[in-house]
Amino acid sequence: MDGALFTNMLFATVVAGTPLIIVALGLLVSERAGVLNLGAEGMMAMGAVAAFAVTHATGSPWLGVLAGLGAGMAMALVFGFLTLTLQANQVASGLALAIFGVGLSAFIGKPFESVALPTVPAIRIPFIADIPLIGEALYNQQALVYFSWALFWAVLWFLARSRAGLVLRAVGESPAAAHAIGYPVVLIRYLAVLFGGAMAGVGGAFLSVYYTPMWMEGMVAGRGWIALALVVFATWRPLRVLVGAYLFGGVMITQLFIQGSGLQIDFPSQFLSSLPYWATIVVLVVISRNPNLIRLNSPASLGRSYRPDA
Amino acid sequence: MSSPSPTAGTTPRLRLAGIRKVYPTVVANDGIDLTVEPGEIHAVLGENGAGKSTLMKIIYGVTRPSAGEIHWEGERVEVANPARARALGIGMVFQHFSLFETLTVAENVALALPGRPPLAELTQRIAEVSEHYGLPVDPRRHVHALSVGERQRVEIIRCLLQNPRLLIMDEPTSVLTPQAVRRLFDTLRMLSVEGCSILYISHKLDEIQELCHTATVLRGGRVTGHCKPAEETPQSMARLMIGKDLPVCEHGPAATGGEARLQLSGLSHASDDPFGTDLRDIHLDVHAGEIVGIAGVSGNGQQELLRAISGEERIAEKFPVRIGGVEAGRLNAAQRRRLGLCFVPEERLGRGAVPSMSLADNAVLTAARNAGLVRGGFLSFARARRFAAECIERFDVRSGGPRAAAKSLSGGNLQKFIVGREVLQTPRLLVCAQPTWGVDVGAAAFIRQALIDLRNRGCAVLVISEELDELFEICDRIAVIAKGRLSPARPVAETSVEDIGVWMSGLWPGAEPLPAEVADAAA
Repeated sequence: MDGALFTNMLFATVVAGTPLIIVALGLLVSERAGVLNLGAEGMMAMGAVAAFAVTHATGSPWLGVLAGLGAGMAMALVFGFLTLTLQANQVASGLALAIFGVGLSAFIGKPFESVALPTVPAIRIPFIADIPLIGEALYNQQALVYFSWALFWAVLWFLARSRAGLVLRAVGESPAAAHAIGYPVVLIRYLAVLFGGAMAGVGGAFLSVYYTPMWMEGMVAGRGWIALALVVFATWRPLRVLVGAYLFGGVMITQLFIQGSGLQIDFPSQFLSSLPYWATIVVLVVISRNPNLIRLNSPASLGRSYRPDA
Repeated sequence: MSSPSPTAGTTPRLRLAGIRKVYPTVVANDGIDLTVEPGEIHAVLGENGAGKSTLMKIIYGVTRPSAGEIHWEGERVEVANPARARALGIGMVFQHFSLFETLTVAENVALALPGRPPLAELTQRIAEVSEHYGLPVDPRRHVHALSVGERQRVEIIRCLLQNPRLLIMDEPTSVLTPQAVRRLFDTLRMLSVEGCSILYISHKLDEIQELCHTATVLRGGRVTGHCKPAEETPQSMARLMIGKDLPVCEHGPAATGGEARLQLSGLSHASDDPFGTDLRDIHLDVHAGEIVGIAGVSGNGQQELLRAISGEERIAEKFPVRIGGVEAGRLNAAQRRRLGLCFVPEERLGRGAVPSMSLADNAVLTAARNAGLVRGGFLSFARARRFAAECIERFDVRSGGPRAAAKSLSGGNLQKFIVGREVLQTPRLLVCAQPTWGVDVGAAAFIRQALIDLRNRGCAVLVISEELDELFEICDRIAVIAKGRLSPARPVAETSVEDIGVWMSGLWPGAEPLPAEVADAAA
């Protein structure tokens, strides 16, 4: 493999992994608070279409990302109202949200079908982008790629080091006990769900504004579901989410390169296309099989409604 | 409605007037009046289901009363939530549910404290308090790896760090050693002298007599009496509480020469849990027709030993565990039950019973085979219901019948059901952990008598408990577990609470084991 090919593949891997990281970290935070929001696909789709529409209208990708964030939060607010205030079942509400979001985004996006946006220029970080092989791939990237790294460190610090993160984990573990020592469980869960929605919206915006700067119905293409699975297989740990997302991106890009290279191989292409999915799952299951660590990191009350005793 | 009392100095710390709490099916509290003076240690006595816990939850703001008034230091207050209660200066040591298992001890304490003390400083303070009050616990450990007794210590430490003006303690001593209880009482008396009031819920009448200044007795959600414990006897207080005299266990001499039903010979097992206790070279025989007790402070290997005996944790070799003479070390829990082992675990909800399932379904889970609840590979629900109904009747389980969910029962009644379920299977060997933890005196006496009756019918019974009085009441022989090692088992008549208390720190005369144990070890 020559150097330019490696740099290209690394670049593409990072880009492919970025939306997964952003969405999965948001979901991780809301699941750590005990709320399982299966509506990620719908929130991403709404984020994508809102970001596209606003970027198209204003010409500013920044306003577009902000719109995507707002759309994701609005969807999450609906979910929060259903599950936290009205105590609806989280799984059913989440599935409904996913279907609703995908459908509504297709409806809103009808006028933008096959409209393209100008490509947003990358941001080159001086000096370190000159590092051979990896410099161009890692440090001449879109702003949201850098954002995903910042988000990773922020979530890591928040969960492991901050008091607010401790409270959030406590709520996810035992809402009744958290209530008993005086924390506003429902409010904390609302905030966590809104954060998850916001990140899903940003992830969607990345797809429609940066990744493939155009709108197509169904362009989220299952990434919301993959992000949900990533969080579980990463046993709710941010570092593993990062590893899993890049692994998925890397295998995806590699098999695309192989399929596109015209190499004569005996593998059916369907097998190659499925490779990223099962490779990611196998690797994450293997590295996460310590039962003690699973017990320490999985939110015990995930998916369960809680209402303070009246 | 009410104004601060003009006569300061005699203002009660807490005054409840006409507290009433109605749940959809029951009236848990009905017109309760209660006054606690500054610095007073006030006992609240009552059987399970008498409404003590509901009343405490109302004071602490976990639940809201349906009617009635709460006055705090002369002012009428609404305790809308626990945060409000804590702001007022009310602290509570819960019996069951308020620790976070995946967090460390220090993190659990940090969550309950106002402000943001740095974790390092907090760890230091926890160490100081636990040292000072004789409540040893390592602040860096995760709560899920702690035993019930250790968890309770964390609850107590967490409360003491908040410097409360009213401390509610829900059965705080149920899992402490006698020495630790004495130290805790010293602490509580110190707090009381410093002006902190204490609401003390317990079913241990001798403790209440020793510690408390006044007592309020509840029965069926109503106040049925007040007394000064120092002027009463445990018998007279029991009569106030349950409305009749306390049943006394009848305990005849043990049958001798029964076959060995459980033989542990050189049982060693390294714990999976990094914070668990490794079992080291344990020898013990339990014979038909005797009750053997294992005493010890929780966290010394009891959980690991229970898991190794029950089959939840299979050990590397066959021979160290023999049930009814069969080498059972590699058998799983179901296979061991087929050898005649029945088992009452320490945790009622989650291990002993599935909370959301009905009593009949819970009966099926362990008794399906031994009580003939399966016909031709299919469950017979009629038989299961009949079995559960029999258990409910014979063991006086107060519940909504066989279809009631396990979690709807009070702790004591569920424990009676679980013990009954195992006893009715006529086991050859019954292993029972903490049979009366958190159970009121009436129910506890009943459970103890059931165990003695079972022994009289020729069953071998092993009881692991942290309550020494209980072990001395029912056991024929007692051993002590400390740091994963088991002492020799001594006949009860040849030992004393003081001796066993010393053994609990691991100091038994290992150099000169009893002849019987030498024989066991050699076998």
